[in-house]
Amino acid sequence: MAHSTSLGRNAALFAVFLLGIWASASGLTGQITAYWADITYLSRQHLVLVGASGGAAIAVGVPVGVWLSRPSMERRAEPLMQVFNIGTTIPTLAVIALSMSLLGIGFPPAFFGLFVASLLPIVRNTYAGLLAVPAHLKEAATGMGMTSAQILWRVEIPNALYVIFSGVRTVLAINVGTTPLAFLIGGGGLGELIFTGIALMDTGMLLAGALPTALLAIMVDFLMGQAQLRLIPKGVNPLR
Amino acid sequence: MIQLEDLTKTFDTPNGNVVAAEKVNMEVPTGEICILLGPSGCGKTTALKMINRLIPPTSGSIYLNGEDTGKLNDIELRRKIGYVIQQIGLFPNMTIEENISVVPKLLGWDMKRARTRAAELLDLVGLDPYQFLKRYPKELSGGQQQRVGVIRALAADPPVMLMDEPFGAIDPINREIIQDEFLKMQAELKKTIMFVSHDIDEAVKMGDKIAIFRAGKIEQYDSPDKILAHPANPFVADFVGTDRTLKRLRLVTAEDVVDAQAPVAARAMKVSDLREQLTVSGSRIAIVIGSDHRPEGFVTADEIAGASGKVSDFEHPLPAKVPVRADLRAVVSEMFANDTMWLACTDDNGRYAGVVTQPAVTAALRATYAGAAGGSA
Ligand SMILES: Nc1ncnc2c1ncn2[C@@H]1O[C@H](COP(=O)(O)OP(=O)(O)O)[C@@H](O)[C@H]1O
Ligand SMILES: [Mg+2]
Repeated sequence: MAHSTSLGRNAALFAVFLLGIWASASGLTGQITAYWADITYLSRQHLVLVGASGGAAIAVGVPVGVWLSRPSMERRAEPLMQVFNIGTTIPTLAVIALSMSLLGIGFPPAFFGLFVASLLPIVRNTYAGLLAVPAHLKEAATGMGMTSAQILWRVEIPNALYVIFSGVRTVLAINVGTTPLAFLIGGGGLGELIFTGIALMDTGMLLAGALPTALLAIMVDFLMGQAQLRLIPKGVNPLR
Repeated sequence: MIQLEDLTKTFDTPNGNVVAAEKVNMEVPTGEICILLGPSGCGKTTALKMINRLIPPTSGSIYLNGEDTGKLNDIELRRKIGYVIQQIGLFPNMTIEENISVVPKLLGWDMKRARTRAAELLDLVGLDPYQFLKRYPKELSGGQQQRVGVIRALAADPPVMLMDEPFGAIDPINREIIQDEFLKMQAELKKTIMFVSHDIDEAVKMGDKIAIFRAGKIEQYDSPDKILAHPANPFVADFVGTDRTLKRLRLVTAEDVVDAQAPVAARAMKVSDLREQLTVSGSRIAIVIGSDHRPEGFVTADEIAGASGKVSDFEHPLPAKVPVRADLRAVVSEMFANDTMWLACTDDNGRYAGVVTQPAVTAALRATYAGAAGGSA
């Protein structure tokens, strides 16, 4: 597993390297760096959108997943998850368009659209991770005299943490790639360079938006991977 | 002491009611191991889990040391009862130390006391605390995990333990070892234990008493020897097996049937003196004793008849020796292996402890039958 990811990373680095040679040869580097001020400003905006919508999705999605996994919800949880699964199939662009029709333009609808798109996978992973905790662990915990809250915090969540974290990691990486759509409803971010570049057929401008977006996605995934490796206790971390 | 009174459990299922326990009455005296034994689905686990209320009883009462547990808070009750399950159930996210300290921490012990206790318990089952306290369950072998599962239940020194097929998941060789270790521990700790098993051999080995279950009811509740010698009905007889007499061999040790007065001789002894001794005692052999009172050979009455000289001139090497603590199954097995009717026994230090003979073994098995037949007549 570690082997294949490092292979992927090497291939990606090699592609970036080739791209760099081609870019400087064609004079694109100059065209891209001309947008440096825009890149830094819009990257920050981009990250704020990702962080805010992702953070809110975690803050809401994890508790909802926990709530659905409680024994008292056993009957209702599966139908609800089915609804959520259908929700996930709606394209993010449609979600963003819908949220614009509700909230107008600017940061709020962009934030809300990205939040909704990120929410479902987090709920699903949290729910699935908690249900996958073996019944005999919960039975042992109950038999030893833990309260339901103690079982949740000391046994269920730690043992589901890897799966929950995997959901968060995927969601954030995808979120970085989806956030350019925010520009379409006036939410800002690197989409501004990408879409304007497309409209003006200006490759330099397009790449000034696309390359940092790709870089951010790789960075976020790398940081989350490191966090997953280091933060999750050794006993329940398949990575170590 | 654990007392179950008319304990009943009915499960409501879509296919109707399932009676998993029906008016179960039994009493486990303090310090004893009671085995709940029976085929799969007969209600052993249900009976056990009603004691710590993982399954709430439909009716009936449970008393622990005279106290009606129905009046106690579930959580508090469970913290006072050690619980071991077949799947072991160590928490993968916690180190061994944290696993063992779960109940002590729930009871509010301070860190230092909990750690000392964890180390002490690891020592008790032969696991080096320095090596194991900081490890995670996945870094232990199955047998090691099983041991930790047991000591975790002992951590807060509960008077009562519930064990549901605790050694069911280990290979037969390690199972024997862990069973022996556990019995040694129990000899000191004297917990009151309910122990579920579906293995008659395990039940005979571990139990002070055995309760045989069928379809939620107790068919017989007795000592292992009584159950093997006098099954109460055809179901019990069938369950304990046609080789039940052989199984009883495990319940008796050589110590119980050894003839400690069997004649002995030193090598320098004159055969004429020995002959006289054998005639008086009516024995056919004498054990030759070497240095430090170890049995080393034997002479037969036939060979020294009419002969003169020293014992050493007529000495044969011993066919085999058995420790006097060995059970009769091991003794009989040695006898068959060496084609002999008798064996010399040694004590813990290897010194001579007497002779066991096949007639003595048969007599011991017969004694229980005769005794109980007289009692019931
Ligand atoms: N939660 C439950 N719901 C319905 N039936 C159950 C439940 N638990 C056990 N039973 C039934 O009760 C009977 C006894 O089960 P159990 O005590 O687990 O048996 P054992 O431990 O002797 O194998 C079985 O017929 C089983 O199907
Ligand atoms: Mg069972």
